Amino acid sequence: MRASSGRTAGGSGLRPPSAVVKIAGVLFSLALTFLGLTAITFVISRVMPVDPVLAIVGDRASNEVYQQVYLQLGLDQPVYVQYLKYLGQLAQGDLGSSIMTTRPVLEDIRRFFPATLELATVATLLGIFVGVPMGVFAAVHQGRWPDHIVRVVALLGYSAPIFWLGLVALLIFYAKLGWVAGPGRLDVFYDGIIDPVTGILTIDAALARDWDIFRNALSHLILPGAILGTFALAYIARMTRSFMLDQLSQEYILTARVKGIPESRIIWGHAFRNVLVQLITIIGLTYASLLEGSVLTETVFSWPGIGQYITSSLFNNDMNAVLGGTIVVGACFVGINMLSDLLYRLVDPRIR
Amino acid sequence: MTLAVNLRGWLLADIPRSKSQARCQRFYIGWLEFQRNPVAMIGLVIILGLIAAAALAPWITSSNGLEPDLVNRLQAPSAEHWFGTDQLGRDIFDRIIWGSRITLYIVGLVTIIVVPIGLVIGVIAGYLGGLVDSVLMRLTDIFLAFPRLILAMAFVAVLGPGLENAVLAIALTTWSPFARIARAEALTIRNSEFILAAQVQGVSTVGILTRHVTPLCASSVIVRLTLDMAGIILTAAGLGFLGLGAQPPTPEWGAMISLGRQYLIDQWWVPTVPGIAILVVSLGFNLLGDGLRDVFDPKSGG
Repeated sequence: MRASSGRTAGGSGLRPPSAVVKIAGVLFSLALTFLGLTAITFVISRVMPVDPVLAIVGDRASNEVYQQVYLQLGLDQPVYVQYLKYLGQLAQGDLGSSIMTTRPVLEDIRRFFPATLELATVATLLGIFVGVPMGVFAAVHQGRWPDHIVRVVALLGYSAPIFWLGLVALLIFYAKLGWVAGPGRLDVFYDGIIDPVTGILTIDAALARDWDIFRNALSHLILPGAILGTFALAYIARMTRSFMLDQLSQEYILTARVKGIPESRIIWGHAFRNVLVQLITIIGLTYASLLEGSVLTETVFSWPGIGQYITSSLFNNDMNAVLGGTIVVGACFVGINMLSDLLYRLVDPRIR
Repeated sequence: MTLAVNLRGWLLADIPRSKSQARCQRFYIGWLEFQRNPVAMIGLVIILGLIAAAALAPWITSSNGLEPDLVNRLQAPSAEHWFGTDQLGRDIFDRIIWGSRITLYIVGLVTIIVVPIGLVIGVIAGYLGGLVDSVLMRLTDIFLAFPRLILAMAFVAVLGPGLENAVLAIALTTWSPFARIARAEALTIRNSEFILAAQVQGVSTVGILTRHVTPLCASSVIVRLTLDMAGIILTAAGLGFLGLGAQPPTPEWGAMISLGRQYLIDQWWVPTVPGIAILVVSLGFNLLGDGLRDVFDPKSGG
């Protein structure tokens, strides 16, 4: 399994045809997974104990209006026909309209998604830049106190209920210390001043060179980003530690030590280079799970992201919105996982 | 004293004389190793504490944690109310203790649902292979690929909010890793010689699966289960926080945080204490799981 010649040459130049076959296989299973995803969500949305017609026309509509909408929605047809129809619309990028916002769901998602993307990106970056060094540090001191401390800190990040952590952080850093801005993405009086180019406020503000808004957006972003990042940090630190330990026990490390190569070069130049390849999958996995896991963080910080969109739609029985939001998040989740898997295959010569 | 020495000798004998002795030895040696790991022992103590709190709840609490006492609402922690009182004057310590029963209930129920499903699907897929394997694993992959919390939320929305429905929703989103693990184990066991021997002896497929393959998957499934417990508790608490899990006045910890949220700034203990309870218990399961993994499967030790 583990060849000790852990070279990580990039996937440039010639690639054996088997890689193409493998990629085709990955894409096929991606399509299959996505199909299953839509099927399950669709069935869920159809067995909801909510009358979708009533949700649209209200309970004072006449019987004729009710019947008309009932037929319009295609509810007289069997579920599988409804599903195929939905798939057809989905293929054209049509997710239906939201009852709550009265806009097409896709448009809603386009408005809400950048906020989640911003949050998850900050959280993942935090996880990488703090978690990876922590993991390496722990592995190098395996079994001694630095290792135990890192393990416990990582486990704490793993174990804390994120919504509670968010509340406590708000209490300390916003209410008591006043270091950061409170819930939401911007202070009210900054709202709607800059053009939403990317929808990611910090980038938009930077593009508009409005540094006041940039600072304000950053001040709003930093706390939820850090809270969401604790999970990423814990997971990445843990996996880095475990991968590093794996590498450090290999024979090529012993060879390097015998040759008298300085320890720091063994750690960063030899062992860590191989760990880096494995970390691709882990980071992809983290990023994907943060995109979906931001639901609770968004609720606590009133962050207008996709998680909050799905939650509030759920409470308002707005099934098109729930369905569309879930499918988009699920697709991102599946897509990122597959992408990191592919990247891993391309980068790691042993699998290729 | 001599009995203890004898027992120790029996447990550490080089050559076990019977199957049961061998089995006891494995557990004892595992226990010795587990004991040396201080971090894992902390986890064990926490979980035993949780179980004790749940079992002894009627004796260590002074109220049932449900009846409002509006005169004493929002009292700060004191000698009388260790963790203070909440917005309805209920003692938070009592509610936390009663809530430990709910936590154990969630954990137990999810286990009962998830482990058999995961084992059956995984073992069948791994042992039979071929088309059955492909179909079952595709199904598993779909559930693995699904955003868990959102799926659970959607399920709860269909079934209606409530503790049991939240548990069911969590179970539906949790079984897939167990199927994966059981399959991986079954794949490696499938080609071993003792399975071949059983086949030659004419043991039926069902017999091989239940008596030979499944027991060997158990240890990895238990380790994974312990590690997943924390996630299960956090998801349940999250659903409770969103108002989709246990409903008031049930002293479920997540719901307690949600209700205490508006008192965060002036009466910080109302939402903070239940959060600490969740943190401690999920930490306990993580520590315990880590320790168990080191014992059962030292190679993948993290």
